[in-house]
Amino acid sequence: MSSDTPPSHHHWSWRSQAFRGIVYQVLAVVAIVAVVWFLAHNTLVNMRVRGIQSGFDFLSQAAGFDIGESLYPFDSEQPYWQAFLVGVTNTLRVAIVGIILSTVLGTLLGIGRFSRNALVRGVCLSYVEAFRNIPVLLQLLMWYVILTEVLPSADVAWQVGDFFLSKGGLNYPIPVWAAGQLWAAFGLLAGVALVLLYRRWAKRQFEATGQLRSAFWVPVLILVACSLAGWALGGAPTELNRPVKGDFAIENGGALTPEFLAVLIGLTLYTASFIAEVVRGGIASVPRGQGEAASALGLSQQQEMRLVMLPQALRVIIPPLTNQYLNLTKNSSLAVAIGYPDVVSIANTALNQTGRAVECISLVMLVYLITSLGTSLLMGWYNSRAAIKER
Amino acid sequence: MRISTVKTLAVIATAIGTLTALPAHAGKTLDSIKSRGQVICGVNTGLAGFGAADSAGKWTGLDVDVCRAVAAAVLGDAEKVKYVPLNAQQRFTALQSGEVDVLSRNTTFTLTRDASLGLNLTAVTYYDGQGFMVPVKSKIKSATQLKGQTVCVQSGTTTEKNLTDYSKAKGLGIKPVVFEQLEAAENAYFTGRCIAYTTDASGLASTRNKVAKVPADHIILPELISKEPLGPMVRRGDDEWYAIVKWVIYGLLEAEEYGVTQANVDSLKTSSTDPVVKRILGTSEDTGKLLGLDKEWMARAIKATGNYGEIFERNVGPKSALGLPRGVNNQWNKGGLMYAYPVR
Repeated sequence: MSSDTPPSHHHWSWRSQAFRGIVYQVLAVVAIVAVVWFLAHNTLVNMRVRGIQSGFDFLSQAAGFDIGESLYPFDSEQPYWQAFLVGVTNTLRVAIVGIILSTVLGTLLGIGRFSRNALVRGVCLSYVEAFRNIPVLLQLLMWYVILTEVLPSADVAWQVGDFFLSKGGLNYPIPVWAAGQLWAAFGLLAGVALVLLYRRWAKRQFEATGQLRSAFWVPVLILVACSLAGWALGGAPTELNRPVKGDFAIENGGALTPEFLAVLIGLTLYTASFIAEVVRGGIASVPRGQGEAASALGLSQQQEMRLVMLPQALRVIIPPLTNQYLNLTKNSSLAVAIGYPDVVSIANTALNQTGRAVECISLVMLVYLITSLGTSLLMGWYNSRAAIKER
Repeated sequence: MRISTVKTLAVIATAIGTLTALPAHAGKTLDSIKSRGQVICGVNTGLAGFGAADSAGKWTGLDVDVCRAVAAAVLGDAEKVKYVPLNAQQRFTALQSGEVDVLSRNTTFTLTRDASLGLNLTAVTYYDGQGFMVPVKSKIKSATQLKGQTVCVQSGTTTEKNLTDYSKAKGLGIKPVVFEQLEAAENAYFTGRCIAYTTDASGLASTRNKVAKVPADHIILPELISKEPLGPMVRRGDDEWYAIVKWVIYGLLEAEEYGVTQANVDSLKTSSTDPVVKRILGTSEDTGKLLGLDKEWMARAIKATGNYGEIFERNVGPKSALGLPRGVNNQWNKGGLMYAYPVR
C-alpha cells in the first residue's frame, strides 16, 4: 500500500481520484458506444445509398439449398434460420465430441510425461511437440486427404463385420428403434442410480475401515448389467439397420462422413497436445512432497496420481483448459476448408444466395460468442467447485 | 430588372455550360480510373479459359480479355489492368465496397443479384448451363442415375441451388458436399470423395482439361440443368461507367458481326466504306464522346483483344485447350444468342 491511498470516506470533488475514475469510465463507455453507433449507422447508410438490401427478414424465407449432413432431417424448402440451426448443431456436434476425446487423450499424454518409463515419456513428448507446432488448418487438410485419398472407394470398402470404411466415410449398423429398447434405457437409468448408491456405500466403507473399493470397474459393470437386464426384459430387440454396399456408395445404417471424421480427428489430436501441456503443468505445480508423502503412506502409483496429485492439479488446470475448449470450438470454423457443413459453411452459402453479408457474418459471430461464453460459464462453475474451499 | 436579367443570363449560361459539358461528363468511377491510370478488375482465382494466371503471373481468359478491352478503350492500354482474384464469397462484396471497378468473373445474372445486391449486370459474354462430370468407369450415362449420390460443389454459387432444385424435381436425393474453394471441390471429386462434380459446363470443361490427370477418364453428362448467362457486373449508381463496360462488350460483338478483326482494324480505318464499321471505328460519328471517351475507343479495344469471336476462339473455342463448341454463343445471324445492340 502506498502512502497516498485515498481516505476511506470520499470527498466528492473534482479533484478526488474516485470521482475522476468514474468520469473517465463514463467517458470511455460513451466513446465506445458512439464509435459502434457511428460504424453501424455509416454501414447502413452506405448500403442504402448503394442499393444493397439489408435486414434479417431473409431468415424466414425458404433456404433453397440442401445440406450434406445434418443431425435431423433438413429440406431445402425450410427457412434460412433452420439451415443456420443445422450448421450450429453440426458445429456443436464436432466441438462437444472433440472436447471429450481431446480431454481424455490430453490427460493421458500429460500424465504420460511423468511416467518412469523413458519410452512412454519420449512418445508423449514427441507427440506434443509434433502436433502442437503444425498449424491446425494443415492438419485438417492432411486428415482429409488421408481419408479421401488413401481409403478405398465404396465398392471395395474395408469391411469388419457390419462396419465399412471407405472414401464415403465410416458406415456402421444402428439398432432399429423398437419399444423394447425403452426398457434398456430404463435399465441404464436404474444402473446410474445403483452406481450413486454404490459410491456412497464405498465412501462410508472407506471412512469406516480404510479400505478402498474399485471406483471404475464396479460402476461400469453395474451400468452394463442393468442396461442388458432392461434390454432382455424388453424382449431383447436385435433388429439392426445394417449398411450394405450399393453401386457407388454404402447405403443404410449410420454413417460418419469423411468431412466430419477429418475435422474431429484433426481438432482432437491438435487440441490434445495443448491439453497435455496444461495437464503436465498442473501436475508439476503440485509440490513433490505430496507425491512422496503419498508413497510413504503406501499408496500405489495409480492411487497417488488419482487421489493426491490430480485433485490438487485440477485447480491449476481448469482455467487454461477452458481456453483450450474455446479454441477447439472456434477452430472448428476451419472445417469450411474441407467441406464440413458447420455454421460458417452454411452462413457462407446463405451470404451468397442472399447477399446479406453483414447480417450473415454477425450471426456467425453471435453463435461463437454464445457458445464460447456458455463454455466459460460452465467451466467457471466447475472451477469454483474444484477450487480450495477456504472457510 | 437588371438583377433579374443578370440572373436569367446566369441561369442560361449555366444551362448551356451544363448541356455542352454533358456529353463529356464522366462518372466518378471513370474519373478515379483515369487518375489512377488503372482499371481494377475482379477475376476468378483460377478457371482456365476464363480467368487464370500462368506461371509468369500473366492473366489470360475470356473474362480477362473483357477487362483488357475495357482498359484499352478507357486508358488506351490493355495492360493497364490490375487483377484481383476473388472467390465466390468475396466477389460481390469486393465490387460493392469499391475494391474493384468491374467484376468479370463468370458470374451468373439472376433476379436476386440484380435486385438486391446494388449491382448492375452489363452484357452477357458467355451463355452457359450447369452440368455434371463423372468418371468414365462409373458407367453413369445420365444425371438421372445420380440417385442418392454425393456430388461435390463449390459454395456460394447459383450452382448449389440449381443442384438442389434439380435433385428435388427429379426426386434424386443428391447429397451435396460443399467446399469454399474451387480447388478443394475439384480435388474432392478427383480423389473420389464424390461420384460427380457439378458446375457450369464451361467450368467442367476447364477443370477436366486443366486438373484431371487423364481428361479422357471423365465425361460430362448430357443434361444441362440450368441457364447460366455469365457476364461482367458493375456497381449501381454510376450509369456512365455502366454504359462504358456494356458498350465495350457490344462493340466487340458488333465488330465480329461486321468482320472487324485485330488484324484488319487498322486498315479498315482508312479503307472501309461500311457505315457501321466506320461508326465502330470512330471514323465517321464520334460514338466515344457520348460515353466520355475519345473516338478511337472501340478501335483500340479491338486492336488489343480482337473481336468477340476472336476472344472466344483464343480462350475457350474448339481450337483452344478447352475445346468448347461455339453453340449458343454464336452470333444471332449464325444461329446463336449473341445479339449486340447497335453501336450508333
